[in-house]
Amino acid sequence: MNIISLEDTARKIRLADLETVFRAGAGHIGGEMSAIDILTALYFHVLRIDPTHPDDPERDRFVLSKGHTACALYVTLAERGFIEREDLATFLQPHSALNGHPNRVKVPGVETNTGPLGHGLPVGVGMAKAAQMSATKWRVFVLCGDGELQEGSNWEAAMAAAQFGLDNLSLIIDHNRLQQGARLAETNALAPIADKFSAFGWATTEINGHDIGEIADALDANQIVEGKPRCIIAHTNKGRGISFMEDKVEWHHKVPNQEQYEQARIELGGAR
Amino acid sequence: MDAAVPLHDCRDAFVQTLEALAADDEQIVAVCNDSVGSSKLGRFGERWPERLINVGIAEQNMVGVGAGLANGGKIPFVCGASCFLTGRALEQIKADVAYSATNVKLCGISSGMAYGELGPTHHSIEDFAWIRVLPGITIVAPADPVETAGAVRWAATHEGAVFLRLSRVGVPDIFPPDHGFEPGKANTLREGDDLTIIANGTLTHRTIAAADMLRESGIEARVLNMATVAPIDVDAIVAAATETGAILTCEEHSVHGGLGSAVAEVVVEKHPVAMRILGVPGIFAPTGSANFLLDEFGMSPDGIAEAARTLVARKG
Repeated sequence: MNIISLEDTARKIRLADLETVFRAGAGHIGGEMSAIDILTALYFHVLRIDPTHPDDPERDRFVLSKGHTACALYVTLAERGFIEREDLATFLQPHSALNGHPNRVKVPGVETNTGPLGHGLPVGVGMAKAAQMSATKWRVFVLCGDGELQEGSNWEAAMAAAQFGLDNLSLIIDHNRLQQGARLAETNALAPIADKFSAFGWATTEINGHDIGEIADALDANQIVEGKPRCIIAHTNKGRGISFMEDKVEWHHKVPNQEQYEQARIELGGAR
Repeated sequence: MDAAVPLHDCRDAFVQTLEALAADDEQIVAVCNDSVGSSKLGRFGERWPERLINVGIAEQNMVGVGAGLANGGKIPFVCGASCFLTGRALEQIKADVAYSATNVKLCGISSGMAYGELGPTHHSIEDFAWIRVLPGITIVAPADPVETAGAVRWAATHEGAVFLRLSRVGVPDIFPPDHGFEPGKANTLREGDDLTIIANGTLTHRTIAAADMLRESGIEARVLNMATVAPIDVDAIVAAATETGAILTCEEHSVHGGLGSAVAEVVVEKHPVAMRILGVPGIFAPTGSANFLLDEFGMSPDGIAEAARTLVARKG
């Protein structure tokens, strides 16, 4: 694993995400910046996928349950070769395949249409169950937001995953501590998340969600605990990488103005 | 109804067909919500324990798991009481099944008012309306065991989402054993020119009985069994409107948003004629069995015949 190269890929994805959101005049940039190191580790190190065969039956499955951060997924898919980089210019434009939430029918590499929260983990449980029943084993990775865990469907799925012993399933929680309208702590704190998942029968670990090496290690197959689904609580910062956005609730779906855009580009190492 | 006519619980034809298909195709799996007994999946589970996926009492997860299994190449028959399957998990049906275009077979067991005395929480008289507005889901409400078996066989081979609306309320044999189920096509069960009565599910046999009564009083009613509610058989409806000039619909569902509404949408756009929609009249039903309530809401053979006579009189 070349950490330097992965970090540079994450930087490029952040920059392209910023440009895409700025150009479209909409997006969910805060939660995209918090998830991009995780997406990078997945798409450039962990997932066994082939952009030329996006429907390979034996592929690993990734589900972006926090579907509102679709732009980060599109940029990552473009960087990984599933879609063309030029397609990003169509983000949110009339008839674009790149909707505000991902659509598997229109975008190669997308596994299921998300948007309403609390949908990814149940679908991921079904994917992992299918793999468990099949002769060859693919792995399933679900990325959800922390506020998203307020949806009860996640806990239905969490119970089922443990009951079924789905050790091929990994849930990564983008724990940036902020939700759309406020901080989690001021809304529905969910704490202690790790203890909750442990009590639900999951193998749980906590990592720095911006340390790509740590993310990749946590997702490595040798970390699988036999018979248990795995919950990785990735501690992140909303708006990561752009100083004035970091840890600010309002950057959930705010769009930078020209001046902010220029500053953000500089901070992400983009050319002037 | 003639007490000598044997009645059938269509769940039996459903599971017998499902098991026959599962024996030949190991990709077929059943998913349920602690509903092994009420979905009659006990024998399926004994034959293929690893292919009966019981998620517990958790319908949102059940439908999501079904979508995930389909993503993994399985052909999931997701079975639960129709009231909970469609009501509790409607957003999963919308996003994970319909919008995601997954190959999930939703099996609404004990739909309509099959749970009778258990009351409106357990009635599923809204499911046609809820599912009908979601693009890409074929809705089938079979009328007897032969049609049920045909619909299940078709659903297993069809690449796409299906909602099978099944009942446990006894129905007589309607179709011959060699009847071939054709999705999206109504079956003409009685020929007639004075009006058309359109029904499906548990109402089809009641409608046939009503048509036979009408014939004795000189009214020739065409009877269409319209098992497929979406996509609806536009040609059969237009022909009925054009050739008979009046349409009566009967369903074990609310009068709002179901079969009658689907027919009316075609009639008003293509060939407006006098119509009457029989169903649950926009109320939460009082206590009673399904058959009692159908009679109560004017859908006994007598009630259907009376509604038909009134409608024919309106034609002028």
